[in-house]
Amino acid sequence: MTTANSAAPSPAAEHPHGGYNLTGFIIFLCSESIIFLAFFAGFTVLKLSSPVWLPDGVEGLEVRMPLINTIILVSSSFVAVLAEKALHHRALWAFRGWWLLTMLMGAYFVYGQYVEWSELAFGLGSGVFGSTFYLLTGFHGLHVITGILLMGLMLLRSFRPGNYDGGEAGVASVSLFWHFVDVIWIILFLLIYVWQRH
Amino acid sequence: MTGSIPFDPRVLRAPHPVPGAPDNWKRFFSFNTDAKVIGIQYMVVSLFFLLVGGLLAMIVRGELITPPSDLVDPTVYNGLYTMHGTVMLFLFLFPILNGFNNLLIPPMIGAPDMAFPRLNAAAFWLVPVFGVLLMASFFVPGGPSSSGWWAYPPVSTQNPLGHLINGQFLWILAVAISGVSSIMGAINFTTTILRMRAPGMTFFRMPVFCWTAAAAQTIQLIGLPSLTGGAIMLLFDLSFGTSFFKPEGGGDPMLYQHFFWFYSHPAVYVMVLPVFGIFSELLPVYSRKPLFGYKVVALASFAITFLGLIVWVHHMFYSGTPQWMRNLFMVTTMLISVPTGIKVFAWLGTIWRGKLRLTTPMLFCLGGVVNFIFAGITGIMLATVPIDIHVGNTYFVVGHFHYVIFCTITFGVFAAIYHWFPKFTGRMFYEGLGQLHFWLTFIGSALNFLPMHWAGLMGMPRRVASYDPEFALANVLASLGAFLLGVATIPFLLNMVSSWARGPRAPANPWNAIGLEWLLPSPPPAENFEHDVPTVIAGPYGYGLGKPLVADQDRFIARSEEA
Repeated sequence: MTTANSAAPSPAAEHPHGGYNLTGFIIFLCSESIIFLAFFAGFTVLKLSSPVWLPDGVEGLEVRMPLINTIILVSSSFVAVLAEKALHHRALWAFRGWWLLTMLMGAYFVYGQYVEWSELAFGLGSGVFGSTFYLLTGFHGLHVITGILLMGLMLLRSFRPGNYDGGEAGVASVSLFWHFVDVIWIILFLLIYVWQRH
Repeated sequence: MTGSIPFDPRVLRAPHPVPGAPDNWKRFFSFNTDAKVIGIQYMVVSLFFLLVGGLLAMIVRGELITPPSDLVDPTVYNGLYTMHGTVMLFLFLFPILNGFNNLLIPPMIGAPDMAFPRLNAAAFWLVPVFGVLLMASFFVPGGPSSSGWWAYPPVSTQNPLGHLINGQFLWILAVAISGVSSIMGAINFTTTILRMRAPGMTFFRMPVFCWTAAAAQTIQLIGLPSLTGGAIMLLFDLSFGTSFFKPEGGGDPMLYQHFFWFYSHPAVYVMVLPVFGIFSELLPVYSRKPLFGYKVVALASFAITFLGLIVWVHHMFYSGTPQWMRNLFMVTTMLISVPTGIKVFAWLGTIWRGKLRLTTPMLFCLGGVVNFIFAGITGIMLATVPIDIHVGNTYFVVGHFHYVIFCTITFGVFAAIYHWFPKFTGRMFYEGLGQLHFWLTFIGSALNFLPMHWAGLMGMPRRVASYDPEFALANVLASLGAFLLGVATIPFLLNMVSSWARGPRAPANPWNAIGLEWLLPSPPPAENFEHDVPTVIAGPYGYGLGKPLVADQDRFIARSEEA
């Protein structure tokens, strides 16, 4: 046993599981994107093949409010990048500020979605249009809420002394998740709100 | 170099007793994060569900031994075969292969554990959760799901009794949780293989089992979300009044079939690829020859992954699919036989003129390969549109499917259990009981599943409780075969339990095999090689070449035997 344990193991070797979080998270996101892809494909197929699309008495979807929502959500991704940059320069308070702003913008998006839902004249059971609309926006909304919760967790963790000594994989992962949610929304917006003609 | 090993402080520090330390069975009932404990948890739970699914199969075959529906009510029969299929796939085969992944991947690549041990434990503990959910569906009003394991709408969106909690609801929930568990596992296995290999272990020095596991888990990552998406929509259609798959609301039932088969066809490759890996691992050991065409065999796994994702419509040839789509998917389906054919050729090349040792694992391996060749031939038949339209919903498909799922995959699983049993329990099994298990299984499976092809070609439809008396002989034979398979589990269980409890102590490398896992003591310590990971200097199958696998190999061998 001369070579074994001859040198004190480095901290990285003591915690061999820490460095793979980002890899694992990226693999997860790739997989998660497929579920949205399945929903988008389903939406497209149903829209192209269904004889009836809009339920009776529904003319189409209002675009103004969701557009504002879109702009807010897309800009929040850039704010998240600012937060990441601040963290990279170890400006903790600037990080917390930008990070909180991202969370607030995300929360505004959820609020806007709630207002839109409550004003709609159709429900989940109103044929295939209502089904796909609520499934897609609802499933995406769940991801936004998850993202906000994860960001809150990261915000709390930033108050733990020495939290970022071992790297910023947690923040990087959540930020990546936020960009992912953002891109999904852009596709969703194009599919549901921009492509309205049946 | 060979000084006595001092007291290992890890025994006190580790959150769980080190395997091989004074035995503590309680760790198998805890949220343990050690991949080897999780592996054994997976194996034991899935073998329990093999018995449950087997019992269901016995009742199904008992019903079918006579033409009229006399043993159980036809409605109950529908529930029985649905649950038989679901239990065998989601609670036996997927978990048991994840058990092998847990046991084998870290030692084979020289990693201490999985990349995410807690995620790993969480993924395992979801298995009993959805197992209980699925079993609970026997006790809800209306009984378990009766729509077959495909759960096609409109059958699966019926809720005649009007309860929110019904058999179909629990079925969808269980399948969705199973999907979450599998995705968690897949992230873990792929990250581990990508990032935690021992020094010197390049991709082309990795054992084929790791290649096939990576290829299979890639399918999980790409395909499973599609099934989960379809299951969510189905759940909403069943319980919350949506109409994704209901034509009366503008929906399309065919869409579900696409979602379902986009995953559930490749799901067969998720199960069969690791078994290809097992064949590729075992045949060189028991033939004392290097694996023929190692690199091609390894790469063929990913060819199967890729092709497997573009063949799903062959399950829908008779579902009103347009002709151009049928032709396209007939061609892609037939292309699958190229990479699988390469593998079969390589296995035959491996055993060709080898010094064969016909012990239990090798027998199961050879039996599995022979059965797989047969299953491949009927597979090509079914890929042909005109034949498939003729026999598509008959017992021919049931026979083909069981030749893949049971006669190939489960044979491979048994081979692997016997092969690695000494490594992970530290005990040898009884060879005589193993051979008895093999012969009963081999004869039983042929008797059970061969006549199904014959009945199917004559036109016996699947999923019926009563049938025309002209199919009686084939069904009597099949039922006798099934009961023989039931008997075959007795020597198996007896062997496993008694060998684990009081079998002779296993040496570190009882089969004289090459591989990192055989350089560890039996059973391996909690973190395998820990900080003293060997440097790999050669490819994985150097049988008969006389070259070492790792640098300083003698030291590792000595250490593994000393423990």
